[in-house]
Amino acid sequence: MADARRVISVIVINEASVLSRVTDLFSGRGYNIESLTVAPVPDSKYSRLTIVTSGSIRVSEQIVKQLHKLIPVLKVYEHADLVEKEMALVKFPVNESLSDISALAAAYNGSIVNVGDETIIVMVADEPKRVNNFLNLVKRYHPKEIVRSGSVALER
Amino acid sequence: MQMSGAQMVIEALIAEGVDTVFGYPGGAIMNVYDEIYKQDGFEHILTRHEQASVHAAEGYAKASGKVGVAMITSGPGFTNAVTGLADAYMDSIPLVVISGQVPMSLIGTDAFQEIDAVGISRSCTKHNYLVTDASELPRILKEAFYIAASGRPGPVHIDIPKDVTAQVAEFDYSRPIELETYKPTVKGNARQIKKAVDVIVKAKRPLFYLGGGIINSNASEEVRRFVKMTGIPAVETFMARGTLRYDDKLLISMLGMHGSYAANMAMSETDLVIALGARFDDRVTGKLSEFAKNADVIHVDIDPASISKLVHANFPIVGDVKGVVTAMMELIADKVNASRYEPWLETIANFEKLHPLSYQEEKDVIKPQWVVERIGELLGDRANISTDVGQHQMWAAQFYPFTRARQFVSSGGLGTMGFGFPAAMGVKRADMDRVSINITGDGSILMNIQELMTAVENKLPVINVILNNQYLGMVRQWQTLFYDKRHSSTDLSAGQPNFTMLVESFGGVGYEVGTKAEFDAALKDAVEKNVVALINVSVARLENVMPMVPSGGSLFNMMLASKEK
Ligand SMILES: Cc1ncc(C[n+]2csc(CCOP(=O)(O)OP(=O)(O)O)c2C)c(N)n1
Ligand SMILES: [Mg+2]
Repeated sequence: MADARRVISVIVINEASVLSRVTDLFSGRGYNIESLTVAPVPDSKYSRLTIVTSGSIRVSEQIVKQLHKLIPVLKVYEHADLVEKEMALVKFPVNESLSDISALAAAYNGSIVNVGDETIIVMVADEPKRVNNFLNLVKRYHPKEIVRSGSVALER
Repeated sequence: MQMSGAQMVIEALIAEGVDTVFGYPGGAIMNVYDEIYKQDGFEHILTRHEQASVHAAEGYAKASGKVGVAMITSGPGFTNAVTGLADAYMDSIPLVVISGQVPMSLIGTDAFQEIDAVGISRSCTKHNYLVTDASELPRILKEAFYIAASGRPGPVHIDIPKDVTAQVAEFDYSRPIELETYKPTVKGNARQIKKAVDVIVKAKRPLFYLGGGIINSNASEEVRRFVKMTGIPAVETFMARGTLRYDDKLLISMLGMHGSYAANMAMSETDLVIALGARFDDRVTGKLSEFAKNADVIHVDIDPASISKLVHANFPIVGDVKGVVTAMMELIADKVNASRYEPWLETIANFEKLHPLSYQEEKDVIKPQWVVERIGELLGDRANISTDVGQHQMWAAQFYPFTRARQFVSSGGLGTMGFGFPAAMGVKRADMDRVSINITGDGSILMNIQELMTAVENKLPVINVILNNQYLGMVRQWQTLFYDKRHSSTDLSAGQPNFTMLVESFGGVGYEVGTKAEFDAALKDAVEKNVVALINVSVARLENVMPMVPSGGSLFNMMLASKEK
């Protein structure tokens, strides 16, 4: 069966070593991780992980079940209908066309967030696919550094 | 009450009803050993290697149904124990293994005997803990025992830094466990159970596929009744041996790579697999796409991740086998009509007639299978049987007349050579009234031979029966069959100790056996004397375990007769 991209959210108890439990499970069972984000859930003892992975339905079912088996895991969501966003920061030389870059960033929910003597930093936040687009488009402005945050997602 | 972390460990073990701890001391765990010295709530048995501590705890757990406990020090003590943890993990054996760790202030400094123990054990335990404050210990110890024994059982590892064992804090073991993220499903879904019963009643060629989960769930009595009530034939996995009595008319035999022809053919022809606590291991299924090809699958298992992992379950039931089988019996009681299966049973009887599990006797040399059968004839239900790993292990599973659950203790999932002897000590400790036999090989026995000292010192009279083929026989068999007889590094004929001198130097008794009469005499003598024994039986060197489904082959394509005579 075709390997599809899958987004899984995992609610875990926010304690030492819980992240390695999750990542060990992926590496130990040969599942790949495309991106992983983690942050505490406000006003709780939990953290939320968003994992982007790929695999057949059978593989992703196994991933979900195996994640569930980890003792500090409270919930696992495999998203079907979701809002997914990712952020990217891109550093450009100041001698590039700032207005063009700024206009492009705006089209991808972003803006110039820092201006230095030699470089500027642009932030965009959008669906991962659109972030890809943006990064493709701005290649001509000679980006010096790119950093992506990995996805976060919520069920609609 | 205020007490030290070390005292808490003792108090918790006693509160959990632990009567035996297998272990080996060292620097980081000394505070706990000091408290062991002062108490008399349980007995500590000093093994002669940490791997053996854990295997002994496994044997104890398997024979008793209780949680096995092992204790070790940091660094090399812990790493020696890892094989045991992995073994228990693969075979779902409930253990609590407690290790010492360097003091908190030294963690991360590459201190003497420091190793990231929880980092190593994470992938081969059900759960693990690094204790950073003594006030956490009562909760962690209590959780550890609960997690080890509940749901799908498994080993839990607790790593305790030395300063935490010295730290004083409040000990209150009466606090209930609050694990909101861990709630195993025990009770099967009633609707799913009803659906399953409906298909069972309709099936023409149903087959029970009995797995080790039945034994973990203490459900063998229920399963025996269920099989009898329905009249449906059954195959057992290696891990499930003893679930049904060997002479139960409805028990076909073991299935899988070295299962019987009839068992594997029945699995290939059935129209409904009723899997109870089995996990469709590759050594059982052979080629997946051909496995039970014409059948629907009912799969009862306490571990949701085992269901539809390898073979799609049409009727998945997550729950404890014991309860699910009991519920099924209530529903099915007035619906069964055993005569309905007569043609199916006849088909199976024909398979059995065609290629029964058997071996060819030869003059002048003892066949290893005979030894297993003979132990069965002489001791039968009186013995608990542990094994090491190799051909002897498969012959034990094929030919011993098992009569009850927990009678057979063997390393299935990990296949750990060196498991048998320490496990048999644990078995003996759990069931002192029965004879504890370890059926072993000339290769495996040397992998934990130092345990002769533990067994002699602690009066754990394990009888090791070495089926000595002067080969790493199972590997040799594969070389014979699949590597054109290139017996690379498996011929042990030039590497045999004097087993009798060896065991006698430890204070046990040795027997050299070359004839059947000598074997009978040796076994009787060892049982009568009730001593630690090595019975070194010279057996036919080139015997192969048959039938055999070559790795990755289909169950119905079995090699039947030995190619090498
Ligand atoms: C620790 C370990 N190392 C290697 C193996 C691979 N292995 C499986 S069976 C076997 C041979 C065992 O020889 P022996 O104990 O003499 O048993 P036999 O097969 O001859 O009955 C080996 C080396 C293993 N299972 N475990
Ligand atoms: Mg051998």
